[in-house]
Amino acid sequence: MTATDARPTPDATGRTGGAGLEVRDLWKIFGPKADRIIGTPDAELSRADLKAKTGCVVGVKDVSFDVAPGEVFVVMGLSGSGKSTLVRCLTRLIEPTHGTVRIGDDEVTSCSESQLRELRRHQVSMVFQHFGLLPHKQVIDNVAYGLEVRGMSKKERRAKAGEVVDLVGLSGYETSYPDQLSGGMQQRVGLARALAGDPSMLLFDEPFSALDPLIRRDMQNEVIRLHREVGKTMVFITHDLAEALKLGDRIMILRDGEVVQVGTPDEVVGAPADDYVADFTSDVPRSHVLTLKWVMRPPRPDDSSEGPVMSSSTIVREAAQAALASDHPVRVVDDGELVGIVDDDAILRVVVAEQAPPSARQGSGERR
Amino acid sequence: MRTSLKRSGRLAAAAACATLALSACGSSSIDEQTSENKENAAASGDCGELNMAVNPWVGYQADAYVVGTLAKEKFGCTVNYKDLKEDVSWQGFGTGEVDLVIEDWGHPDLEKKFFEGEGDGSAQDLGPTGNEGIIGWYVPPWLAEKYPDILDHENLDKYAQQFKTSESGGKGQFLGADPSYVQFDEAIVSNLDLDFKVVFSGSEAASIEAFEKAEKDKEFLIGYFYEPQWLFAEVPLKKVELPDYEDGCQDDPAEVACDYPVTTLKKVASTSWVEEGGPAVDLVKNFEWTNDDQNEVAKYIAKDKMEPEAAAQKWIEENPDKVEAWLG
Amino acid sequence: MSTATDTTTPAVDTTPAASPEPEARSGPSRWVLVVAVVVGWVLLWLVVRGQDTLQLAGRERTDVMRWLGEFRDGVIASRDTNALVAFTGAVGEGIRTLFGELQQVFSLPAFPRPVPQIGWLGVVALATWAGTAVANLRIAVLVAVTFVSYGVLGYWEQGIDLLLVTGLSVAAVVVIGMPLAVAVGTSRRARAVITPVLDAMQTMPTFVYLLPVVLFFGIGVSSAIVCTLVYALPPLIRIGGYGISAVSTSAIEATDSTGQTSWQRLRKVQLPLARTTIVVGLNQSTMAALSMAIIASYVDGPGLGEPVLSALIRNDVGASLVPGLLIVLTAIMLDRATTAASERAELAARGRGLRGRARTVVLGVGGVVVLVCVYLSRTYLPLAAWPETSLGRDLADTLDSATDAVVGVLGGAGEALRNAISYGLLNPMQSLLAESPWWLAASALVLVSAALGGLRAVVPTVVFGTGILLLGLWHSTMLTLTMVLVATVLVMVIALVLGVWMARSRRVDLLLRPLLDAGQTIPAFCYLIPVLALFGFGRFAAIAAAIVYAAPAAIKLVADGVRAVPETTLEASRSTGTTSWQEITQVQLPMARGSLALAANQGLLYVLAMIVIGGLVGAQALGYDVVLGFSRSEEWGLGAAAGITIVLLGLMLDRVARAAADRTGGRVDARSRFTLPRRLSPTRT
Ligand SMILES: Nc1ncnc2c1ncn2[C@@H]1O[C@H](COP(=O)(O)OP(=O)(O)OP(=O)(O)O)[C@@H](O)[C@H]1O
Ligand SMILES: [Mg+2]
Repeated sequence: MTATDARPTPDATGRTGGAGLEVRDLWKIFGPKADRIIGTPDAELSRADLKAKTGCVVGVKDVSFDVAPGEVFVVMGLSGSGKSTLVRCLTRLIEPTHGTVRIGDDEVTSCSESQLRELRRHQVSMVFQHFGLLPHKQVIDNVAYGLEVRGMSKKERRAKAGEVVDLVGLSGYETSYPDQLSGGMQQRVGLARALAGDPSMLLFDEPFSALDPLIRRDMQNEVIRLHREVGKTMVFITHDLAEALKLGDRIMILRDGEVVQVGTPDEVVGAPADDYVADFTSDVPRSHVLTLKWVMRPPRPDDSSEGPVMSSSTIVREAAQAALASDHPVRVVDDGELVGIVDDDAILRVVVAEQAPPSARQGSGERR
Repeated sequence: MRTSLKRSGRLAAAAACATLALSACGSSSIDEQTSENKENAAASGDCGELNMAVNPWVGYQADAYVVGTLAKEKFGCTVNYKDLKEDVSWQGFGTGEVDLVIEDWGHPDLEKKFFEGEGDGSAQDLGPTGNEGIIGWYVPPWLAEKYPDILDHENLDKYAQQFKTSESGGKGQFLGADPSYVQFDEAIVSNLDLDFKVVFSGSEAASIEAFEKAEKDKEFLIGYFYEPQWLFAEVPLKKVELPDYEDGCQDDPAEVACDYPVTTLKKVASTSWVEEGGPAVDLVKNFEWTNDDQNEVAKYIAKDKMEPEAAAQKWIEENPDKVEAWLG
Repeated sequence: MSTATDTTTPAVDTTPAASPEPEARSGPSRWVLVVAVVVGWVLLWLVVRGQDTLQLAGRERTDVMRWLGEFRDGVIASRDTNALVAFTGAVGEGIRTLFGELQQVFSLPAFPRPVPQIGWLGVVALATWAGTAVANLRIAVLVAVTFVSYGVLGYWEQGIDLLLVTGLSVAAVVVIGMPLAVAVGTSRRARAVITPVLDAMQTMPTFVYLLPVVLFFGIGVSSAIVCTLVYALPPLIRIGGYGISAVSTSAIEATDSTGQTSWQRLRKVQLPLARTTIVVGLNQSTMAALSMAIIASYVDGPGLGEPVLSALIRNDVGASLVPGLLIVLTAIMLDRATTAASERAELAARGRGLRGRARTVVLGVGGVVVLVCVYLSRTYLPLAAWPETSLGRDLADTLDSATDAVVGVLGGAGEALRNAISYGLLNPMQSLLAESPWWLAASALVLVSAALGGLRAVVPTVVFGTGILLLGLWHSTMLTLTMVLVATVLVMVIALVLGVWMARSRRVDLLLRPLLDAGQTIPAFCYLIPVLALFGFGRFAAIAAAIVYAAPAAIKLVADGVRAVPETTLEASRSTGTTSWQEITQVQLPMARGSLALAANQGLLYVLAMIVIGGLVGAQALGYDVVLGFSRSEEWGLGAAAGITIVLLGLMLDRVARAAADRTGGRVDARSRFTLPRRLSPTRT
């Protein structure tokens, strides 16, 4: 994805679009003398054992991944799995114990204090679960905070912040104080603050989990819209799979600080790496996510050749009507070549499983 | 030194008020008084400042304000009265913060530190005030009247049980005094083999209150006290006979078994102030009066509740001949 | 027993049945242990009593005391050559000069003028205007009443001087204290280093360092301000530091992510967010500064303390009560004014100032009136100097006879109470503590603290106990400990009774609050003589004085804690048909456990602060030793040793109480450690 002309505030430096992110062998261990653990056999211990043995807690364990410029990359995991720690390590709000992080052309992990400040001021912004607004400042000044920190004059930064306030739909609330706003509006302020500095990358740490479902949906749409309009690279933390599927180009799943799986939404749902991921994804309306690729079987010679033709990236739900209406199984054709057959059974299994009570669904997910 | 102008300031204001009242036309304004003050300042002698320590007891206040008032009125001194305990007063001699301690009850330890010879020489003795400190064991008057024989230490044990309190651990209670005073009572009690325990009042206020209460409620009480003290005007305490004081009988604190000596109260001044030789130095050297004189001023202050300045003023007006003698 | 530590914040617990549980589990066994230790102690005591009590004979002094005394003498001897003394001397001179200038403007005749630069009318007008400007009209009225009372009662100079001293001290507190508060609030290491120093500053009796301070800073207002500073700094550093450290991490993290420097973080995030707490700290510091007014007048510090002391040497209760009550009034004025000012600033900062336009007009017109008043007060004598009245003396006489009447009525009962407590409680406890050999008493204390608070209590007992032993005042310490424990128990009994009563009856609350405010702020020197008249001198007089000072804080804490029990819980319990007594003992008190623990802790610290006052009314022991050291230069070493012992005893008791409270789940808030709770928590509700 690239920046579009709709970008409201062309950056003074003329920078556009997003920057890439590259994370290699990242570790964060909380506790005394944590750096001594990496490389020893202790590092292989489970979190609980390590805690018992050394008193240290592993937050992030040997994580590596890349995010392409303009990509929306979602990190998921249960509570305590290290998501927040990971995302904070990216800009060293938490100092990583080991490993490298690269954002665009900068190697974050070897930056000096002042380089790091520059990076935070211009390159990367973050949106937080608990908003982190300053109660003593008006909305407009909260939004302008990043600009204020850069030393921009009051007039200039207020003008700029005003535009962003419009962008997130808070016009008219500029002079309110945070505690006069609803949660959703407060998070819009948080979002505006992150956008005001025109960063090339946005980090979100469960930004919407404190909001009610309706507002959450609004805000998700807002992010999608913003992404379309400004085209930033985004790293998005959530423990809501629906949100992850809705927003993410790719999803990374963490457990106890370790990467369990990285993949596109349908890969994660269709091919969970293990029971943990499967459990995780078992609540998802699978027909909304899975493509025919995940339900087709190899063609057999005796297959009817009269069924409807679809591509393997067609989502099951969209295929269902036509498939069930036809007497013949669906023929999955990519680039003119028959790659598989989908029986009614296969479609029904996906659709019907969703309506079964949760207990009945346990472990019944399809695996390959 | 400006900080301690307050009393002299108040005095100045009082004096100004007085002149105001005297002047026939009542329309005296601030401006007029200001120029008057200027003229007076130009006319008065060059006494300069007198930093007078005021130790916390009424008798001392009497001495201090009589001398201070005279120094101000006769020699135009700016008198700074400073409310201080003895130790701080003596410390101040060396720094020029204190010029005069007008009533000293004997501080061998301080003399050792600050007198010429043993100490740094910042202070010197300016002779007796004429007052005699009579330190000793006292009982309230009702007790002396009802049990006359109690005034002899030999009979004290007879009443020990009546002196008992919750504080005295089964023995008779002996009221020790404010810790500012050198006291040998523990030694005296033990060396005279009395069935008493010394319990310290901790402050002069507590001692005074205890004696007043004892007299009022007819309680048994014996303790360390001293004359001259304004309390005697209200409650004339009676002194208990101890073995007579002889030279040297208090040299070894642990072996004391005799009465306290009569203390000659003296004036102590800062050496530098004396050497400057202002007119007030002679006034202080000449100042000498009796216990009765002091008690009178103390009574004005403590019983009649007059301000010390006013009390001093009153006494000065009533005793022109004595004052004349000091002015030499 | 360890399960007790799992319960957190009982105040938010809404199920009444749940909270008493941990106590039920850990309570009995704990107290059984304590009783067992005490029984064992008594049995051994019967055998070995009177041996190794470490009682010093009348004049015996230990090496430590001699060494302390010699150290002090060395400083005196070197004062002409010592660079530090030269420097502090210059600072002192600077303070005195500045103060002198201020006095000439406001309180003392500015020679050759017969009156200050600004006369009383101008000062009253200025102060009232300032009250309106920083707070509101109600405060302005309070300010005007206070200032006029100074003048009408004949204490104009002293009242203004007291305000000047307090103002300068508080300014210094801010200048010195804020950086330290920031250090404490942002660095764990700084906090670890600074906290014990603050503990010592607050528990070390002023009499111990008063004379050395004079040595360095000179006689008068300079030393008064320095001593005030020592005592008034800790609340701001502690409470302000707590406020800064308690700023929400999410706000800090979020703003850090914008690339702010640490200076920007401090200035734009931490300080603004901690503002309310910092103001509470400042308010506490102001109250503490005020409470030093009397002590400072021992070294010729100006202010309302001076007339209190000079009345004390004449046994003139009335004449000491009048300035004493003016100090109370000043405290109330400063407390309410600073609180209201901070509330107003908050509103103003949010642009919600009350009727901005009207306010500006009022202040503008007021300003003109003030200027006119200042001009008038510079021109006309009656508007510059208060006319002499006998009102002050009349009030003093009235108070005097009122006190006499009260003492007359209660005298007999006072005597009886004193004897009951002294013979029934003090003497037995004292002979157990002080007549045990030191090794027996020490081991028993260690065991008791182990039973009460576990290892966390044993360590401080051992460490500080060893310090006390080394200083050589073990016997005195045991005497003092007896009084402190008895006084604290009495304070808690009173606090429970009155606190619960206040919490349950609005009328009682309204009636008692002003008395409590007064009890906390009136200088002890004002009620020493009435207490002596009621109870006679001795340990009980000391305890009574300590109760007057310590009970109000404890009562307020208990009342606030009990009142904080949610109404829904009470309704739930009433619906089961409980009696009032059951409601108090089963619901309100258990649920207010945190406040009770805090009240006990604060009561204890307030009682400790009165040890020296106890020494002045015949309580002997450590308090007397301090007074002795203050009164006689050759005994300074003893006084210093006693002062340090008091500090160690305070630290020991505080830490043990804290550990014990944590174990019952009545966790004492870290913020409250050694701080005065809001001494004048607002009466309005
Ligand atoms: N400052 C810290 N000190 C010690 N351990 C920590 C610290 N911060 C986090 N941890 C531990 O690191 C682990 C990961 O925490 P983290 O906050 O990253 O989880 P999370 O995935 O964000 O959880 P949630 O969904 O609840 O936000 C947890 O076990 C936590 O206890
Ligand atoms: Mg998290």
